Amino acid sequence: MANKAGMVAVIDYGMGNLRSVWQALVHVAEGREVIVTADPDIVASAERVVFPGQGAMPDCMRELDARGLRPVVLDAARNKPFLGICIGLQMLFEHSEEGDVSGLGVFSGCVRLFPPEKMFAASGGRLKVPHMGWNEVAQCRAHPLWSRIGNGARFYFVHSYFVDPVDRDCAVGMTDYGIPFTSAVARDNIFAIQCHPEKSAQAGLALLSNFMKWVP
Amino acid sequence: MGLAKRIIPCLDVTAGRVVKGTNFVDLRDAGDPVEIARRYDDQGADEVTFLDITASSDQRDIILHIVEACASQVFIPLTVGGGVRTVADVRRLLNAGADKVSMNTAAVNNPDLVADASAKVGNQCIVVAIDAKQVAPGKWEVFTHGGRNRTGLDAVEWARRVQQLGAGEILLTSMDRDGTKNGFDLALTRAVSDAVDIPVIASGGVGNLQHLADGVSIGGADAVLAASIFHFGEYTVRQAKEFMRDRGIEVRL
Repeated sequence: MANKAGMVAVIDYGMGNLRSVWQALVHVAEGREVIVTADPDIVASAERVVFPGQGAMPDCMRELDARGLRPVVLDAARNKPFLGICIGLQMLFEHSEEGDVSGLGVFSGCVRLFPPEKMFAASGGRLKVPHMGWNEVAQCRAHPLWSRIGNGARFYFVHSYFVDPVDRDCAVGMTDYGIPFTSAVARDNIFAIQCHPEKSAQAGLALLSNFMKWVP
Repeated sequence: MGLAKRIIPCLDVTAGRVVKGTNFVDLRDAGDPVEIARRYDDQGADEVTFLDITASSDQRDIILHIVEACASQVFIPLTVGGGVRTVADVRRLLNAGADKVSMNTAAVNNPDLVADASAKVGNQCIVVAIDAKQVAPGKWEVFTHGGRNRTGLDAVEWARRVQQLGAGEILLTSMDRDGTKNGFDLALTRAVSDAVDIPVIASGGVGNLQHLADGVSIGGADAVLAASIFHFGEYTVRQAKEFMRDRGIEVRL
């Protein structure tokens, strides 16, 4: 099927509420169509694809497969501007410690739990897990999706696991929480980020707007 | 540098309007909720909380429309509470655009609700609100129904219990301080913050910016919530953040 001009598909595999993602994308869409969908044909016909995720990764992988969406997600990740968000980032990796589950393997590496023995602030205080709230994203590599966003701008995070890529060159964003971890990765047509741009005020809207215009 | 302490303006909503009372009574009208939420977003608020204090159930659906309108214009996390009794209530609010749902009386009456809701939508979406009143030195009891009913539950024990059940966050309000402008109950805040591993939002009693800073640096709160100091224009959220930053507290500015 030919790409539908400008259409953005948000992949809905039944995990969590995608309304926030949809609304933020609509806000920056400048008239482009944004569709939340579980229909592989619509995903296949989209110009660009957003792959969000909420909840636990084993549930997300199970539901993705139950809806037969794995092939079309892998296809989009090879061919179209593709934005992973939160668990949608984690699912692109090979394996997760959460539930000892396999991911899609688009990136080499694992998804790891914040190590309890490292969860202390510089002041000595205990850091709570999940990592919830606004933290800084250091732009360790230039990328078109960072356009108009200050290096070190704060984004809203909610997660207990983080990605640990084998190929360090794919890291484009780093964040500190007890340990430094990779908060954004990119390669070719894929950009994926651990935080929630749809809830990250101006910085998040700028990132989504950049994605809408991105020509990888 | 790392995670910022959050400042959360709270909007008490009844019949579609924002109000603010003293010790849970004597309500004053403070305006349109969506307009106010937008103003706070512009000022740099880290989240916004709506507490629906509407008594009559036939007006409950108004809050869903407010949440929908807010979620289409304000792109920061939105927590909604008040009158949540079932997992279906939680789902309705999340579907309308809330990011987190807060429960209080229903959690006390039916602790399984916390576990069920958390299992269904994830603990990051479930906030348990605890209204506590001091009953002895270093001892606080949980109250429900907007502070009218005592439960016999110890606030610190209850905080630990709701964490086990699956709460992702605790919104802790001192009934003694709420609306007084005398500052948070810092001993209560510290006791609960030390007892749990999930984030604690301090609430009740903020009258000036020092109170907000104290909630974090003395009370150990992860976030501070205030209503009237922001509603009536005494301070902006930005002023509050600058004040906290100048005292060495990490904030998003």
